[in-house]
Amino acid sequence: METALAIVSGSMVAGGIYLLLSQNLVRILFGLIMLSNAVNLVIFTAGGLTHTKPALIEAGRSVPGTTVANALPQALILTAIVIGFALLVFMFVLFYRSYEILGTIDTRQMAESDPEQPHAADTTTARQEGGL
Amino acid sequence: MSSLLIYPILLPFGTAAASLLLWRKPALQQAVSLAGVIGHLTACIVLFSAVTEDGIQVLQVGNWPAPYGISMVADHLSVLMLMVTGILGTAAAFYARGELTAHSRAKSFHALFHVLLGGLSGAFLTGDLFNLYVWFEVMLMASFGLMTAGQRRAQFRGAVPYVVINLLATLLFLLGLALLYGLTGTLNMAHLHQKILTHEAQGLLTAIAFLFMAAFGIKAGMFPLFFWLPASYHTPGVAVSALFAGMLTKVGVYALIRTFSLVFHHDMATTHGVLLVIAGLTMVTGVLGAAAQNAFRRILSFHIISQVGYMLLGLALWTPLALTGTVFYLVHHMIVKANLFLVSGLGRDINGTMDLNRMGGLYQAYPVVAVLFFIPAFSLAGFPPLSGFWAKLLLIQASLQVDHYIVAAIAVAVGLMTVYSMVKIWIEAFWKPLPSSGAGDAAVSYSGWKMAPVCVLALITLVIGIGAEPVYRLADTAARELMAPQVYVEAVLGGGRP
Repeated sequence: METALAIVSGSMVAGGIYLLLSQNLVRILFGLIMLSNAVNLVIFTAGGLTHTKPALIEAGRSVPGTTVANALPQALILTAIVIGFALLVFMFVLFYRSYEILGTIDTRQMAESDPEQPHAADTTTARQEGGL
Repeated sequence: MSSLLIYPILLPFGTAAASLLLWRKPALQQAVSLAGVIGHLTACIVLFSAVTEDGIQVLQVGNWPAPYGISMVADHLSVLMLMVTGILGTAAAFYARGELTAHSRAKSFHALFHVLLGGLSGAFLTGDLFNLYVWFEVMLMASFGLMTAGQRRAQFRGAVPYVVINLLATLLFLLGLALLYGLTGTLNMAHLHQKILTHEAQGLLTAIAFLFMAAFGIKAGMFPLFFWLPASYHTPGVAVSALFAGMLTKVGVYALIRTFSLVFHHDMATTHGVLLVIAGLTMVTGVLGAAAQNAFRRILSFHIISQVGYMLLGLALWTPLALTGTVFYLVHHMIVKANLFLVSGLGRDINGTMDLNRMGGLYQAYPVVAVLFFIPAFSLAGFPPLSGFWAKLLLIQASLQVDHYIVAAIAVAVGLMTVYSMVKIWIEAFWKPLPSSGAGDAAVSYSGWKMAPVCVLALITLVIGIGAEPVYRLADTAARELMAPQVYVEAVLGGGRP
C-alpha cells in the first residue's frame, strides 16, 4: 500500500511541476493544486498506514485498551488542507484580477508588458492615486 | 514556564481584529493600529529583558508537556529577532500613517499589517516545526494581501511570481516536514535534536535536510532561488516594502539557522559545506545584479540577496565567532535595509520617481534626507564606525580563523561592490543636478510621520555602530546557545524526560 501511494504522490508531484512550468496561469494554478494534494498524500503515507482502531478511549478508562491509530498525521493533513484551501482561493482571485488588469493569462506577455523602465508606468499611476 | 511569550503574538492579532471592527472609522482604526504596534514593541521589550536576565523562556501551550504539545521557546536569537520585529513594525506603521492619508484602499491595510507582525512573532517564538509552517502561512497570507493592496498594474506583475514561488516553498517545507515526521515520529525541534543523532537512516535525514534548505532558501532569497525577490519587492507601498525587505527574507534566514543548528546537526560536513558554497555564490550574484540595476528600490532588493549571503556564510562556517557575526549581521541588516527602503520613499516624494536617471538634486534641496540616506547606505557597505563594519569584520575574521581565504576574499570584494552601488545612488539621486525631464517638486514638506521613523532607525544604526559592545555580547550569547543546544533542549523537555 505504501508503495502504491508513494508512486501516486510521486506522479502527482511530477504532473504538478510539469503544469507549473507552463506559461499559462490556469495551468500553473492546477499545478499548485496538484502539488499541494500530493504533499498531503505524503503526510498521510509517511504517518504510517496501519490497520488499527481509531484513537477513541472507551468510557471509564483513561488510556485506550488496544493499540490505536496515530491521529496526529490526520490532524496535520487537516490543517494543511485548510491552509492550502485558503491560499488557493486567494490565488484564484489574484489570477483573475491580474487577467482583468493586465489583460492576459500568459506569464511571458505579463513580463513583456513591463516596460524597459519599470518605474515609468509605476509612478504615473502612483501619482494619480495620491502618491503611494 | 512563562506566559510572557504569548503577548507578542496575541497583541497583533487582537489589534488586527479591532481594526477590522473599526472598518468604517478610519481615524479610530489608525489610532488603534499605532497603539497596537507600540503595545507589540512593549511586549517584545518585556520578553527581551526576561530572556537576557533569566535565560531561555519556555511556554508549553495548553500545559501539554513537550514533546506532545506545542512549545513556544524564546532564546537569545529569538528575542533579538523579536526586538527588531517590534522596532521595524513600529517604524513601518508610523511611516504608513504618513503614506496612507490620501490612499483610498487603506481599510484592510491595518488588519493585514498586524497579522503579518503576529505571524513574524510566532515564527520567531515557536519550538515546533509544524507550528513554524503554520506561522509561515499566516505571514504569507498577510504579505499577499499587502503586496496587492492598491491594485496597481506593477503590483500584479510582481505579486503573481511572488505568490507562486512562495507557495511552492511552503509546499517543499511541508513535504520535508512530513518525511521527517515519518522517520522520527516527532516535530518538536528540541526532541528532534535528540532523536536525529541516534537515527539509523542518516542518508535519508540528509536528503530531508536539503528539502528544508531549498524551502527556506527560497524564502531567504539565496542563490539560485532568489529570482522572485527583485521582481516583486519594488512594487508595494514604501512602508510595506520596507517591512518586507527588513523582515520576510530574514525569517527564512532565521529558519535556516534554527533548523541547521538544532535539528540537522548529524552531517554538518555535507549540509554546511553546501551552505558555504551557496553563501559565496549568493553574495556575488546579489551584488552583481545590483550593479546592473538603475532604479532605487531594485538596487536595494538585489542587495538584500548579497547580504543574505553574508548571514549564510556565518552559519556555514559554524564557529562561535562566525555565528556571532551572523546574528550581529541579522540585527544590523534588518534595521539598515528597512531604513533604506523608507528613505527611497522620501526620495520618490521629492522627485516623483525611483528611476535614478530621472532623479537628482536631493542633496542640494534636502540635505537632511541626504544625511538620512548616507548613514544606512554606508553602514550597509561596511564603513567604520557604522554597524555594518563590525558585522562584516566579525564574519571576515571568522572565515580567516578557519583558513577559508577564498570566502573571506569574496566577502571583502562584495563589500567593495556594495560601496559602488551605494555611491551610484548617491551620485545619481543626491549629487547630480535634477535632470530637465525630472519632475522636481520643490514644495514637498515632510510630515513628521515619515521623518520620525527614518531618523530613529538611522539613530539606532549609529548607536549599534559606535556602541557595538552590548549588541556584540548579546550576539555572542545567542551564538553560544546555538552552538550548544543542550541548554535549549533541556529548557524545552525539562531535563531527563524524553
